[in-house]
Amino acid sequence: MLYREAGQFKSSYAEDQQIFPIRQDRIAMGVLLAVAFVVLPLAGNEYWLSAILTPLLIFALAALGLNILTGYAGQLSLGTAAFMAVGAFMAYNFVLRMPWLGILPSFILAGLCAAAVGVVFGLPSLRIKGFYLAVATLACQFFVLWAIQRIGWFTNYSSSGVITAQQVVILGVPFDTPARKYLFTLTVVALMALAAKNLMRSETGRAFMAVRDMDVAASVIGIPMMKTKLLAFAISSFYCGVAGALHAFAYLGTVEPEAYSLELSFNILFMIVIGGAGSILGSFLGAAFITLFPIFLNLASDWLQNVTGIEIQHAVVSNLRVIIFGALIIFFLIVEPLGLARLWQITKEKLRLWPFPH
Amino acid sequence: MPTQVAFFVEVLAGGLLAGVMYALVALGFVLIYKASGVFNFAQGSMVFFAALTFVSLTERGWNFWLALAVTLVVMVVLGVVIERTVLRPLVNQPQITLFMATIGLTFVLEGLSQLIWGSQPHGLELGIADVPIDWLSQKLNINISQFDIFAAFVAGALVAVLAVFFQKTRIGRALRAVADDHQAALAVGIPLQHIWAIVWAVAGFVALVAGLMWGVRNGVQYALTFTALKALPVLLIGGFESIPGAIIGGLIIGATEKLAEVYVGPMFGGGIESWFAYVVALLFLLVRPEGLYGEKHIDRV
Repeated sequence: MLYREAGQFKSSYAEDQQIFPIRQDRIAMGVLLAVAFVVLPLAGNEYWLSAILTPLLIFALAALGLNILTGYAGQLSLGTAAFMAVGAFMAYNFVLRMPWLGILPSFILAGLCAAAVGVVFGLPSLRIKGFYLAVATLACQFFVLWAIQRIGWFTNYSSSGVITAQQVVILGVPFDTPARKYLFTLTVVALMALAAKNLMRSETGRAFMAVRDMDVAASVIGIPMMKTKLLAFAISSFYCGVAGALHAFAYLGTVEPEAYSLELSFNILFMIVIGGAGSILGSFLGAAFITLFPIFLNLASDWLQNVTGIEIQHAVVSNLRVIIFGALIIFFLIVEPLGLARLWQITKEKLRLWPFPH
Repeated sequence: MPTQVAFFVEVLAGGLLAGVMYALVALGFVLIYKASGVFNFAQGSMVFFAALTFVSLTERGWNFWLALAVTLVVMVVLGVVIERTVLRPLVNQPQITLFMATIGLTFVLEGLSQLIWGSQPHGLELGIADVPIDWLSQKLNINISQFDIFAAFVAGALVAVLAVFFQKTRIGRALRAVADDHQAALAVGIPLQHIWAIVWAVAGFVALVAGLMWGVRNGVQYALTFTALKALPVLLIGGFESIPGAIIGGLIIGATEKLAEVYVGPMFGGGIESWFAYVVALLFLLVRPEGLYGEKHIDRV
């Protein structure tokens, strides 16, 4: 009743090609953006903004990067955290060594460095496929972390190997409070998500999907394999690199290389699988799920202990949490292998008919 | 023998024998990938689970053989349960979904084993000390641990048993049929789901053996789960579908890794073992994209 496209006619190509062709979707998106940009920074408390929403957006951006590579171009990668590490440490070095550049150009250059690393480690994808490629990307994960830990230049020869990210200042405005850091992150993430959405609707995006669906067929119809695959690696790594820079500058502040371990790569892979591979929305839903679920589990276990009065050992709780997390991932894969984005789509289909049966 | 040469031989032999240990873990991956096309990331945590169960039982005063038998039963049951609860509902899903499910399984197994048996590290003794063989070190000045030799024999025996099992038994023939073609195997009446349960049980057995060997070497602790990461380059070189490939790959990785660690590592300030094996495997793949013995896939449009 409320959600249907009946009566909305399109009279120009531009109207036909807009991202949200249905008016209700546009209104919903506008409301969402207004809440995210205005209501949350004003109403949200510091803990929520700095410890939950900011990392959520950053991980969503990293998941978006991986989704471009894995979900759209079909190249499984286990090295996401390494690209984030490149972004984080290169952004630190650009700001440190070329302070006249400013923060945003430094972030872009850091992203480009990550893209270059991505292209180098994407080269094997021209020869190998599937799980062979996935395991090969682990080489990137381990090599990059090793290089950052061993080569002093990356950490400015700090003895502990830990860096402290500089303050974000744009046009003289310092982004120092949780609300400002959140707004900075949100702006970057929103713009890059928009760019990704449009890119995936373009010729490039369709070439990615053709490669994903069957690369031999794609090359037969004239899609250049090398250019497409390497471009997918480059764009994906650029997104991950910027996400890493944000992770260091807007969230962590003090960064050690170990923050970008294999575990983070797996977490981001979980985000796109649970959120929905090959979906921009899915990246955000997955990031929200993986970020919020451990917090929810913590609250639930605290609440259970309070209600029942049984003191459970800390080790037991943390092990149980790991078990539930793993079991839930398996459960999700069984129930909805296409992810939360697919659930959202089904809901919208149902809404179009509601309250009528047909 | 000149000390330089003796040292080289020692490093090489140590590397080859370490490679056998990697191959033991890689075998578990190969078995499951061969029969069900699942890239089982949980193999490392199965190794950990098996070793921890065994060592906890023996520490509670159980007889060695009884503990071994009970652990084996536990691993078989685990294999059947995994087939029932994880694989069966995910039949016909894309490979990445199954892969992600096994990562979820990794979390469950790691949490479960530490929940049941606690997270403190254990030592493990199998009656064979991890000390250099006397006459080798005296006569030739080469230090090779007798436990390494023992582990190599165990790995050899395991491969021989698996080879007989795969080639000569009825179940083994069914396994090979399933590995060749799921649908054709189903069509001639091979119960796919039983076969998968058997494969996971056999992989559990291999995990137990690997867990015991690694447990003696490094102690039974959480770090055992990382053995899986050591086994992955072995798979890349040997091919995901080949049992001999796992052994050969293990030897290649073990030898090059140890040699590089000793002769090349110091140039880079050490610590290169975390990635060196992967880079070797990567270069190898550029020449042979399916590994040494992996099946060639011919794409049809």
